[in-house]
Amino acid sequence: MALADTREGSGDPPKVSLFYNPKLRSYLFQALTLLFIVWVIWYAWHNAAQNLARANMTAGFGFLKSRAGFDLAQSLIIYSSDSTYLRALQVGLINTLVVAAAGIVTATIVGLLIGTGRLSHNWLISRLCTVYIEIFRNIPPLLVIFFWYLGVLALLPSIRSIFQHLEENPDAVFFISNRGIYLPAPVSEDGFVAVVVALAIGIVAAIAFTFWANARQRATGRRPPVGLINIGLIVLPPLAVFFANGMPLSFDYPVPGSFNMRGGMVIGPEFLALYLALSLYTAAFIAEIVRAGIRGVPQGQTEAAYALGLRPRATTRLVVLPQALRIIIPPLTSQYLNLIKNSSLAVAVGYADLVAVGGTILNQSGRSIEVIAIWMVVYVSISLITSLFMNWFNAKMALVER
Amino acid sequence: MAKKIVTALAGVAALGIGVTTANADTLSDVKAKGFVQCGVNGSNLAGFGAQDSSGNWTGLDVDLCKAVAAAIFGDVSKVKYTPLSAKDRFPALQSGEIDLLSRNTTWSISRDSQLGFDFRAVNYYDGQGFMVRKELGVKSALELSGASVCVQSGTTTELNLADYFRANNMDFKPVVFEAQDEADAAYNAGRCDAYTTDASGLYSIRLKLGNPDDHMVLPEIISKEPLGPAVRQNDSRWLDIVSWSYYAMVAAEEFGITQANVDEMKGSDNPDIKRFLGEEADSTIGSDLGLPKDWAYQIVKSVGNYGESFERNVGQGSPLKIERGLNALWTKGGLQYAPPVR
Repeated sequence: MALADTREGSGDPPKVSLFYNPKLRSYLFQALTLLFIVWVIWYAWHNAAQNLARANMTAGFGFLKSRAGFDLAQSLIIYSSDSTYLRALQVGLINTLVVAAAGIVTATIVGLLIGTGRLSHNWLISRLCTVYIEIFRNIPPLLVIFFWYLGVLALLPSIRSIFQHLEENPDAVFFISNRGIYLPAPVSEDGFVAVVVALAIGIVAAIAFTFWANARQRATGRRPPVGLINIGLIVLPPLAVFFANGMPLSFDYPVPGSFNMRGGMVIGPEFLALYLALSLYTAAFIAEIVRAGIRGVPQGQTEAAYALGLRPRATTRLVVLPQALRIIIPPLTSQYLNLIKNSSLAVAVGYADLVAVGGTILNQSGRSIEVIAIWMVVYVSISLITSLFMNWFNAKMALVER
Repeated sequence: MAKKIVTALAGVAALGIGVTTANADTLSDVKAKGFVQCGVNGSNLAGFGAQDSSGNWTGLDVDLCKAVAAAIFGDVSKVKYTPLSAKDRFPALQSGEIDLLSRNTTWSISRDSQLGFDFRAVNYYDGQGFMVRKELGVKSALELSGASVCVQSGTTTELNLADYFRANNMDFKPVVFEAQDEADAAYNAGRCDAYTTDASGLYSIRLKLGNPDDHMVLPEIISKEPLGPAVRQNDSRWLDIVSWSYYAMVAAEEFGITQANVDEMKGSDNPDIKRFLGEEADSTIGSDLGLPKDWAYQIVKSVGNYGESFERNVGQGSPLKIERGLNALWTKGGLQYAPPVR
């Protein structure tokens, strides 16, 4: 009855006063909101400018071209105290990206293992995974960082004892000390480029072979042993070129210097503490997301797949996983963003990330507003790019409705 | 860290939104609210700014805060302390969160001009040094090439360190921490070969280490670090009050006026001392500064003269046992010198 009434009345809108006109009202409120936002921004800007003028300070980003004057502990690009503030910020940004990327990869792998492990039918494995999740999920990440830095890495052998160890074992090339992990650094010589090219060709060949195998399976129903052949395609050509070119790779070994090891490669305890803490902390959340994703696929799907004659591995790969991923990806994006933002805790252990470097610049130059603006813009950009990528991935994985 | 970002953001917010707080006339603000908000060292730097076991603030820098309160209110308890890290201290002063920064802060030209502060008095002449473990067998900072050096970020120390090693063609691996406590812990754990900061700080930090006798301060002083109070620029009356609160302590030492004999000295026949203590009938020295007539008397009575403050906090009366050295009175070969109270 009510339905019929509305249908009858919809032809002619009721006459109301202008004040109650819904269309006008909605425009009015939107205009007011916009005005308010503009006013807030203008007010903050105006006040900042006024107060800066009162303190005889100038605003602007020109200071980024001045000489930094301080050294940085970790830098993947060329940097010295003669470089500019801008260069220092770039070093910080790269360090942030490195630890975030490494953390995301590790957290995903560990999270996947722990999450599936918690669903295991093996009592011990599933309980161990539960304990892991409950411990790491319930400790603040800063504490986890301190645990690794002061509780584990600081207690490793001192550099002096490494020197002693080297006197007794002159052949040792790999050291773990409280100043970091020392490794031989690979140095490429003439002809190594050919090995890389061979590897690239192998990967392209493997992809092409997979496409061919898929087509063949559709046509004939037979599937060649794709995994085995692909491994061969990727590994064998570069190995052959490597030996044919007379092994064009040497190593720079760490040797004792006056205070530290010289040469080789060093992974500092600051990076390690942050990387381990971020990965293991975030892995606990990812594990739960993975478990929820797998549990979210109804048991009937598996049973139906078995009924069609699919083997367990094919069932997981073709039926369960694609459906689970649809549940997993959106919350996974949030975890990745959390990890990226938590990387700013680097400052607690002196890892030269964007916040640590920016903080030093803020202090040395006194440009608080500019530095904080840079921080915000950079973190928003990194996070938005990550979300965009994950949204694209999600759309690709989404249910294709026919 | 979160706290620090919040403080930094608060600084920005105050710059941006709280226009009314950063008044150009700090003295009127202070008198109106009834206390001095003083920024001090938040990392328990014994001798300069630290809290004792019952939560009372002590130290040479803290005494300066007290002297300012004594001069204005005649009461050293009218101080509220804001513990600050090296990084937070400048935004805190710029934003008006504190009235006065007395936190072993080096007076340099860029801080005086670019940061919008004013310095005048130097309550401790310091210089940057290095501390190492004795077992390294290092006798001079020039032997430190290749060493890992712990340093606090956002300090002049960090800049001097880079310049010193560069000037001497040595390389080093900086291990940079934002908070002094974290740098202390890392040095203690053997993360670094050397620790660098102002020499006075090294003496103070050495006492906090596991076994102080295992560590030594190297003889080289690689920089000039005149430490003194800072105030916001363009408030010369407030700068006068802060500077003269400190000069009064130095002048008292010159005159031989101590906390113990200040009441007795009030009856002195010496016209300089009478004028200084506010006993000269028609003197307007106090009121010209915007202070009570007996401002200098109140400072000496409640805080003591500079020498007393020095010995009590960092000198022979303290665990640091630092010699007067550069901080002796000018009459005794040091640099501490007060302009005439006339």
